[in-house]
Formats: sequence, structure tokens, C-alpha cells
Amino acid sequence: MQRFAQLYQRLERSTAANDKLAALMAYLNTAEDNDMAWAIWLLNGGKLSTAKNKLATTRELREWIATESHIPLWLVEECYEQVGDLAETVTLLFDEPTRKYADRSLTEWIENILLPSANRDESARREVIVAAWRELDFSQRFVFNKFLLGNLRVGVSRGVLQKALASIFDLDVSIIAQRMLGAWEPTSAFVATLRDESSTGMETSAAYPFYLASPIGKNIETLGPISDWLLEWKWDGIRLQLILREQQTVLWSRGEERMDERFPEIENSAAMLPVDCVIDGELLAWGDGDNPHPFSVLQTRIQRRKPGAKTLSTAPVHMLAYDLLELNGEDLRQQPLSIRRERLIELLASCNPPAIQISPEVVAASWQQATELRTQSRERGVEGLMVKRRSSFYLHGRKRGDWWKWKVDPLTIDAVLIYAQSGSGRRSTLFTDYTFGVWDNEQLVPIAKAYSGLTDDEILQLDRWIRANTTERFGPVRAVNVEHVFELAFEGVNKSSRHKSGIAVRFPRILRWRHDKNAAQADHLKTLAALAR
Amino acid sequence: MSDRELIVVNKNGMYCPAGDFYIDPWAPVERAVITHGHSDHSRVGMGEYYATRAGLPILQWRLGEQNFHSYDYGESFTLGSAIISFHPAGHVLGSAQVRIEHDGHVCVVSGDYKRQPDPSCAPFEVIRCDTFITEATFALPIYRWPDTALVARDIVAWVDECKQNGEAAILYCYALGKAQRLLAELARTSADAVYLHGAMLRGVDIYRAAGIDMIETHAVIDEARTGNFAGKLILAPPSAAGSPWLRRFRKAQQGFASGWMSIRGNRRRRNLDRGFVISDHADWPALLRTINETGAKKIIATHGNTDALVRLLNEQGTNASIFQTSNLLQTESGEDD
Ligand SMILES: [Zn+2]
Repeated sequence: MQRFAQLYQRLERSTAANDKLAALMAYLNTAEDNDMAWAIWLLNGGKLSTAKNKLATTRELREWIATESHIPLWLVEECYEQVGDLAETVTLLFDEPTRKYADRSLTEWIENILLPSANRDESARREVIVAAWRELDFSQRFVFNKFLLGNLRVGVSRGVLQKALASIFDLDVSIIAQRMLGAWEPTSAFVATLRDESSTGMETSAAYPFYLASPIGKNIETLGPISDWLLEWKWDGIRLQLILREQQTVLWSRGEERMDERFPEIENSAAMLPVDCVIDGELLAWGDGDNPHPFSVLQTRIQRRKPGAKTLSTAPVHMLAYDLLELNGEDLRQQPLSIRRERLIELLASCNPPAIQISPEVVAASWQQATELRTQSRERGVEGLMVKRRSSFYLHGRKRGDWWKWKVDPLTIDAVLIYAQSGSGRRSTLFTDYTFGVWDNEQLVPIAKAYSGLTDDEILQLDRWIRANTTERFGPVRAVNVEHVFELAFEGVNKSSRHKSGIAVRFPRILRWRHDKNAAQADHLKTLAALAR
Repeated sequence: MSDRELIVVNKNGMYCPAGDFYIDPWAPVERAVITHGHSDHSRVGMGEYYATRAGLPILQWRLGEQNFHSYDYGESFTLGSAIISFHPAGHVLGSAQVRIEHDGHVCVVSGDYKRQPDPSCAPFEVIRCDTFITEATFALPIYRWPDTALVARDIVAWVDECKQNGEAAILYCYALGKAQRLLAELARTSADAVYLHGAMLRGVDIYRAAGIDMIETHAVIDEARTGNFAGKLILAPPSAAGSPWLRRFRKAQQGFASGWMSIRGNRRRRNLDRGFVISDHADWPALLRTINETGAKKIIATHGNTDALVRLLNEQGTNASIFQTSNLLQTESGEDD
């Protein structure tokens, strides 16, 4: 269990997701299958001690440690108050082993020692656990007590865990995510199922990896004749894969998260489809109007399971279908887009599902005309145009060449630096998180936070200035003198009741430091408010 | 006179009526017997100072020139009708317990002390007494210090890890005592020179002048402003955390060497990458052992988790009570944990 204890320690110390991922991969790469199964189980939030499987109650642990460390129970309580974590308190109170014991695997501890003692009488369980304490060094005793008392809570997200597994098994993360759904037992057989390459794509709810477009960094004319390209609006929603196989509907988001039960409109429409199929599209909040609702309306739906009638009427959702990846069990990804789209249109026309419609083609005779159409993007509530080669296959990941996103130029605004905070983790020695404001009459109202966009030298220079120009401190946040102006870029502005300014800007970032402007020359809130939708 | 009245507490601190002097007083008084140089024990403004010879250079650094009377460990002197002597407390260089004898009764005031070996100061000496006034900074059974050599090894391993990441290893520790103890421990473990924050320099010089063997050190300030500190161990006082001084390190991990680091929450609250458990105070087993070895019939606890210790001792049949030291008057962060 030493290695698992080390893993726990590394996970606990790291704040960056990448460090956690590296620690997980290092462990999983060399762990035995049965240990790996238990590690995944525990890190995934699984518990050993349950109502059906009683190992130790918190009261028992307090009593046992009081006896073992020869102190009264009240003193255990005093210690617990100082520490704030019972597993840690119990670990601190026990003597370190006086000699080194041979390492036992995680599986041995759980399967051969702990679980067989479950539900036995108190003295039998106590004997097993105290014997374990005697043998385990501090870091092992700590994780042991942690999983004895509940779950590990070491801050590993399901996503990071799945990513680590996908990467060591060389499988797509959607397959791993799929295989970890529902009930499974922490056994080596389960690990074998997880890593199984042969059954890829066979599972009824397995998703295909998404094909992602790249930003076009060059003149659009260089793409050649426009007739080779399919143009669509770039919708501002959530990329979604709808899987209908054997009368079962499964929804996957691009974040590799299953979205079942959240969008009954889509599931009801999917039930009308006459054959099994897999559709790639965009989920949008869209009522009766000509344009979709802003993203913030969709946000109210994302995490809500089984939404009620009120939610369904204030924020109805709609899927715009881009692509058909599978039809009647046949994988279409190696067919050209033009064919896939034709069959998608036929499929939808055959049943007219109200909440699933084709993402319409934007017809332009020339790049010139397309460029003009693109200028309508903001008023249509879209981010620009998608440009897809009609002969393209459905690849996976972000592959340049065939699928481009041609976004409208970002909006820009000049805003004043008003607050600063130090960054997290390794950057915490510098002030790198900034809050910017614009004028509302005589006052600056905060409108955006931004973390990136300055050079290292600028960050240092600004850090020095912030320290010398702090006017007030609120915990880690410093208010600074009203002086420096920055040009910010952002993708859009939404109305927002949650923000003091009444607006929320999307994806703000720093374009440049406007040394040429003073604070009075920064923009006004009403300019931004006029852009909000 | 009964031993109960040998030492009392009044608004200025611990007072010995028989000798008309205070021990580590927190307000200006005529005669002050000082256990050691930490700022919550030695203050300016006293008429006369009585201290150890070994600790004198530290007091001169901290308090400037004062009216000092200094004595060797074990050397007796008289104030009023009390006979006084200093005995090593093992806390920092020159730190002392104060033994006070009057009318056949002996009282020992421990000051801050520890029982772990420390290459940078004289080891604690057990003094038999009737009344033992003990510090209680870490008086809970969760505080049990690991072997210092193992902690030093962990620090070296951490610096190696930082080196691989191209990061500096900034280790916060108190400038008087802890820093020098670490440098002395590292002299046994590691070969790489250590870099010092400006606040560390004077204390290290004083220890070197006293003949304490420590690892090679350089001042951070002597390195070019853009000097590369990747893979270097840097000692800095806790007050440097979050200060502009840190900017020069660009990529750094931050650790803290303190007894408080036993508890994970303390490390996480300070947003530290690492905590190293190394303390200049007695841990729980050392407190109980020392109380027992002094043979004192009466125990008075002061500074820290006094309540739990006193309750436990009373439950076990030992006469124990508390001296209320005014927390308001102690330095808020205490510089010596
Ligand atoms: Zn001290």
C-alpha cells in the first residue's frame, strides 16, 4: 500500500490538474490490476465501510485510539478539535511502528484483512484495525483511516481519473467514461473490461470522439473555390452527440459527460427517429424567436436533471444537427461530409422531430458574399461561420485542413485595472489575476476578470506597480490606484442579473496594455450594455 | 516562605518576590531575568538584564546595548534572598531554564525548551525541583516530533525535486534558532550551499561566531537580481511569504519548517507546497517525560495548550495549575514555534 499512500500524498500536494494526471498515470502504469481496481474505486468516491458492511464507526475509532494511546476520550476530542479531521487525528495519535514491516498490497489490506472483518463484533473488528495501525507507517495509516471512515476526498475529478486511464490504456476517454458508468465491482476483471480494445464501439452507448474545427488563421480566399465548402453558422451552445441504439437514447457532451435525463425535449424527439443512428450537433436554448437564447439561458439547464415544467417553458432546448456518424449500425465517418449530410437531411425529413433540426447551410456564391454574411453573426446570436470541406471525412480531435471556424473579430474595450490577486500554485508569487472596470458615471464598475495576455516582463512590471499602488486589501485581493488602462477582447456580452454591472462578458482576455491612455479615457458601461443581448 | 509564593504572576509577568525580579517580563521592570532571545521572551525597556553568557550576543543583536549581567550555565548568583542559576533548555543558542532557590524550596522556570538533539545549542538538562513551571506550546498528544535527521533528509529530497522542475525551494523558518538548527542539520546531510534572506544573516553570523558548525551559506541579495535559484534551497522568515521579495524566484515551491506543520490543515491554509515538522519546543511525550523527571510536586503550565495538560495531570493526581500569560501581549505569530 506504500505506493498508494505515495499517490495520495502527491495528489493532495498538487493543485494543477496536470500534476494530478501525471501522478495518477505514474501509479496506474505500474499497479497490479486488482490494486488498480481498488485505487480507481476509492479515487472515484467509492466507500468500503457502509451500512451493509460495517468496519468501524467514528465513535468506535475514537474509543479505540483513546485506549491505544493511553489518553482519556476527552483528550481525543480536544485533539480532534485542533486537527479538524478524524482520520488525521487518529493517525497522529498512534505510535509509529518500531520496525519495518513487509509492504502489503492495497488489495491485500482491503480484501484479506479489512472486508473479512466487516459486521463482526466490536472486539474482532477492533483487533483487526489496531493490528493494522501497528504495522502501517504514517502516510499509509492515514489513507487507511481515510478509507475506513468514508471516501478519500483527495480532489481528483472523475474527468482527470478517466483521462489517466484512457491515456495508459490508449483508448478514447469516452469509452473509459462509458465503461465506468453504472455499477461495477473493483476487481481485476473490471480492469480487464476497462482496457479491452476489441469491444471498442460495440457498446450500445459508446460515443465517437468529436471532430473539432480549427480557427482559420489565414485569408479565407486561400481555401480555393467556395463551392468545395459547406458553410454553416457557428452556433454558441454545447456540442452534443446523440446516440440512438436499440431504442435507447444516450446524450454525450463534448466534455465527455453523459447528459441523460437533462434534456427530455431532445430525448422525446430522438424517440421519433425510425432507425438507430448517431448524430453530432449543437444544443441551444431556443424558444419561438428567430434567434437562439444567449448561452447564459442554456447554462440554467446544463446541470439540472429531470427539469420541471417551468424550466422547460422558460429555457426550452433544441438540437441543431451537423452530422450523421452512424446509421443502422453502419459507421459513416469514412464517407464524405456531403453524403453524410444528405442522409442526415433524409433521416430528419422522414419523421420531423420537433427538437432536432438540421443546421442550415449558409449559401454564398463567393467568399466576398460569405464575408458580408458573416457580419450578421452578432445580431443572429452566433459566433461566426463554420467552413467545412464537402469531401471531408469525420476525423477525431482537432485536425487542421478540412474544418475551420471563421469567427467574427472579437469585440474590444478599454478598461481600467481595479483589483489584483496573486495567481494560484506556482505563480502565486506574482499578482497575475486582474479585475477590470469601466466607467458608470463617476464610478468604475467591475466587468471582467482576466488572467492572460501580458508578456512576462509586463507581468513583472505590473506586479511591482500593484504592490506600490495598493489602496486597500480585502483578504488576498488588492484594490489599486485608478491609473492603468488595458484593451480587452471578448466574444460577446450577455445581460446578467448576477453581476453588479448588469452584464457578463464572454471569454475576456487582455489584448494589450494601453500606456497611451489614462483612466479617464477608458470606455463606459453604456457602450457595453448596448451590445448585450 | 512556601514554594507556592516563590513565583507569582502579576501585570508585568512572572515575578519572584523573594528576589524582587521578573522572568521574561512583558512590561518594563527594574530587574529582568531572561530565558532566551525570542521576542516573546526578551523585550527592551528593562532596568537590568540577567541572562546566560552563551545567549548574550543574541540579546545584544535583538535588544541593542543594555545593562546586561551574564552568567555561565550552572553558575549561581543572588538577587535579594533568592539564589538563581541558569541551566540549558535546548531551545536555541544560549536558552536557559531558570532555577530559583529560596528557603529550602526550589522552583524551575523552563522557558521554552525541547528534548530533541540539536547540534546548534546545549542539550536540555533535567533539574530536580519542587515546582516546575513548564511551557505548553504543543501540549496535545497529536504533537510528536519525527527524528530531525529524517526531516532533514526529506528537505534535501524536496530540494532535488524542485531542481528537476527548475524551481527554487523556499523554506520559511524562524530567523533565530530554527534557521541555524536547520543549517547545522543540513551540514550533516547535504553538500549544497543554502541561500539566505536578509533577515537570516545576522543570526547565522552569531551562531558561526559561537562555533556552531553549519552548512555553507550565501546571501540571496549577493546573487545577481536575475540569478538563477532553480534547485537551490532558500531560507526566509515567514514574514517573507507573499512579499515582493519573492518575485525574483519566478518559479518556486514554498515550504515551512515548524511544529505546526504536523497538521495538514495548517499547511493548506497557508497555501504551502510542503510542511516540514521540526520544532524547537517540547512535544507531548517530552513534556510528560520532563515533568516526571524533575520530580516536582507542583506543575504550573504556561504558554499554549495549558488547559488539556493541566486537566490531565490533575486527573492523574499531580497538582497542576495554569499561569495566565496575557496572550495579547505575546507577539501574535510567536516567532519561535
Ligand atoms: Zn522561544
